[in-house]
Amino acid sequence: MKITLNNRPESFDKDKISISELLKIKNYTFKMLVIRVNSKLVKKDAYDIVEIKEGDDVAVLHLVSGG
Amino acid sequence: MTFEEIKSKLKIYTVGIAGAGGLGSNCTVALARVGIGKLIISDFDIVSESNLNRQYFFRDQIGQKKVIALKENIKRINPEVEIITNDIKLNEKNIIEIYKNCDVIVEAFDLAEMKKMLIETCLSELPEKPVIIGSGMAGWGNSNDIKFRKNENLYICGDEKSEIAVDNPPLAPRVGIVANMQANTVLEILLGTK
Repeated sequence: MKITLNNRPESFDKDKISISELLKIKNYTFKMLVIRVNSKLVKKDAYDIVEIKEGDDVAVLHLVSGG
Repeated sequence: MTFEEIKSKLKIYTVGIAGAGGLGSNCTVALARVGIGKLIISDFDIVSESNLNRQYFFRDQIGQKKVIALKENIKRINPEVEIITNDIKLNEKNIIEIYKNCDVIVEAFDLAEMKKMLIETCLSELPEKPVIIGSGMAGWGNSNDIKFRKNENLYICGDEKSEIAVDNPPLAPRVGIVANMQANTVLEILLGTK
């Protein structure tokens, strides 16, 4: 399947993956993330449940301390 | 647009700034200088000596509430700006109450978990509201790593990787770059792209 990840095209071998799987494949090990799938916020407790499918638009924001 | 035209356009807007530390104090000062009509600032902290390496406060303000000290500094720069201060620790509930009528919200916290809390609260409760985030600005150098990107109504300023640590403190130059990038993004949203 093809999706958009942080405004860039990405391809995966599977037809659908959970957000947890996506984070693992992309090696996103950061602790403090905000994730949106097709504009909708997905909270951490739903990372195993929400599935990403063909054509989805996924945004992963990485928040680091400092300000 | 001339500066007079810019000022008269910006006068009608309200910008909310969540936090009055390194990002918040510098961003607020930039917004006050260009003449945003109304600024709503919230912070519970007091000015301490360790803040002076990057925050827009003065030595004789140590011990004062940050929101009070910042209001005083802004009044000295541009008395025409209306300043609303909240000496409060922001949370999921009061963020909505305080910032729901703002045209733009600037996230200016120091802790990543507070940044996340504000973004998630705004996305859930104020889903259309433009929110400008600062993430990744510790240390020095690497100016070209500091960037801007947009995800619909979320605007992200910073290098998205440089986390503060004892041996990687936040310092005036990089924090100032990100704070002013946030202020610049406010203008882009309110005035449109040049």
